[in-house]
Amino acid sequence: MPMDLCLGGKATYDIPSNLPCRRTTVGAVDWHRGAEMLQAAGGRLLTLWGADDRDRDGRFRIYAAFLVKEGVAVFEHEMESQSKPTYPSLAEIFPCALHMERAVHDLLGIASMEPDHRGWLRHGGWPQTVFPLRRDFDGSQQFPIDSQPYAFVQVEGDGVHEIAVGPVHAGTIEPGHFRFSVVGEKVLRLEERLGYTHKGVAKRFEGMQQKEGHRLAARLSGDSAVAFSWAYCAALEAITHTTCPPRAANLRALALEHERLANHLGDLGALGNDAGFAFGLTQFSRMKEDLLRVNASAFGARYLFDFVEPGGVVVDLPENASRSLLDHYLVLEEGVSSLCAIYDNHPGLQDRFRDAGVLNQELAEKLGAIGLAGRASGVSIDLRVDYPYPPYDRLNPKLVIQSTGDVGARVQVRFDEIFESLRLCRMLLEDSASGPIRTDCPFGVPGRLGLGLIEAWRGPVVIAIESGPDGSIRRCHAHDPSWQNWPLLEYAILGNIVPDFPLINKSFNLSYSGHDG
Amino acid sequence: MIHTLSRIIRTGILTETYPTPVAAAPEIEGLHKDLRNILGRALCIRHVDAGSCNGCELEIQALNNPYYNLEGIGIKFVASPRHADLLLVTGPVSANMEEALKRTLDAVPDPKLVVAVGDCGACGGVFGSNYASRGAIANVIPVHRTVTGCPPNPVAILEAICSLFSEV
Repeated sequence: MPMDLCLGGKATYDIPSNLPCRRTTVGAVDWHRGAEMLQAAGGRLLTLWGADDRDRDGRFRIYAAFLVKEGVAVFEHEMESQSKPTYPSLAEIFPCALHMERAVHDLLGIASMEPDHRGWLRHGGWPQTVFPLRRDFDGSQQFPIDSQPYAFVQVEGDGVHEIAVGPVHAGTIEPGHFRFSVVGEKVLRLEERLGYTHKGVAKRFEGMQQKEGHRLAARLSGDSAVAFSWAYCAALEAITHTTCPPRAANLRALALEHERLANHLGDLGALGNDAGFAFGLTQFSRMKEDLLRVNASAFGARYLFDFVEPGGVVVDLPENASRSLLDHYLVLEEGVSSLCAIYDNHPGLQDRFRDAGVLNQELAEKLGAIGLAGRASGVSIDLRVDYPYPPYDRLNPKLVIQSTGDVGARVQVRFDEIFESLRLCRMLLEDSASGPIRTDCPFGVPGRLGLGLIEAWRGPVVIAIESGPDGSIRRCHAHDPSWQNWPLLEYAILGNIVPDFPLINKSFNLSYSGHDG
Repeated sequence: MIHTLSRIIRTGILTETYPTPVAAAPEIEGLHKDLRNILGRALCIRHVDAGSCNGCELEIQALNNPYYNLEGIGIKFVASPRHADLLLVTGPVSANMEEALKRTLDAVPDPKLVVAVGDCGACGGVFGSNYASRGAIANVIPVHRTVTGCPPNPVAILEAICSLFSEV
């Protein structure tokens, strides 16, 4: 039912994508009502973005993509007013929409009917009357900083005080601000303020050619470079009816699983360290470094920023690389197994992991949790499992899931996903698919919208491209699952003590750059 | 506990020899001696992400893994700019981080050094300059050394830090 929606018999159209994907044009009433219907049928909000089409037909548009049982449903809503474009908010149906709507307002001046219009991406770097994603705005313009105080929600009561953390954090991590309201050590409320690393990526895309956009996509969040560049290429290939050769698809998946392995290894070490077990950091960072060096010899780079390109991949594995990769997987698997046993049997570590930062399933479902953090709270979504795009259609990936939703569950999901990723990597190497590693990817016909969705280590990343004339990009929207999962942290921390925040935060390990764009 | 100890022993010491700086290339032991003489084994680095994609952060974090073992020669990452001698800055500098970066630099006691890490820190990289990005770190604060690469590998970052002090 959801894919056809039956919204007063409105027509739906296929959208080029690597997943089954349909688009419906809806009015303001159906925008809201349709979202309610999808939510009731178990749908989830994937992403929300706007576009300025005044040069084409005098309209602003807002798009929402939902993950439903059959695939992806995209709503497109046109706003008639050019001077005060507004649309009904989805935040009461999908709470995670709130930040996305505030970001759309900052960039395009399209306001949802939700009262919270505090700047999310705009901190004073450009005037309130300027909307950078509008077509009549020259992206190269710069403005003096005019920072205004941000109205955090205040908690009042006997002994309540605030702790402000960031944007510069005490560690080698990205910038963001956390405002804690605490009594003693106990957290009563956490409010996040993000947007510090906003670099104008969406505007930057507009000046680029389709065949070079994957490089920028890869740098949206460096730890998910393969996923973002693959999602970009998947969208572009769908628009241009290009089929990625099977060998290239295998290599993309191999690179994506290596990215997952490297990040999980890094996180497991850091989680041990944040719980006072430095041995864990030493061991896991050693294994991560070993994997990066294997990457360097197999793929030609430690981090695979420019490995995936439109039409395929840049290089094939060198001769005999399969053998050495398989040997490495054995060593890695043995190492991770033994560390898993050490973690499991360490009472001090388990004491910190268990019941810390609990996000129960009911709340996780309600907030729209997605990806790794969602799976640790019993939310069973994994694009590789649910909508297996090539080459996962031949690999039968297993869903890794936990139900307790605490730090321990997020640790366990990482351990189990490492073992599952290693299994997938072995299958990919044993697959005898040979042949070309790339094919020509022509220019997309102007005005076509395409979606690419890839399950990154953190969760599903989405890229929506609208092609422009002569191989240009008219609009490109990139979405990191951190948009959905940052608000989870505000709930998971409640009732915990401030000193546990680094551990709980690390167990989510969300992207600032991927979120801020 | 026995499993933990046995793994520590089986892993052994993995720390590799430190890279020779590109310029002048004195022997590494000599350089270490200089470093210790000048800094008393206490170079304190404060990392600031001024808007990077987090790729450079991954390679900076790698400096503390057992292979590069930066703390082994007395170079450590500190939590406050007030404890730091050197800022390791990744970029491009976003407009939203411009003020925070300047204030972090102000909080570092003199004398202080700044190393810009990565192509974006060096020149703005793929993001360039626009309404939300100031591009290179040097556009916002004075920079003493840049490390190019996207991301630069840990050895390149280490070389830049070492070569900076071989000239001091």
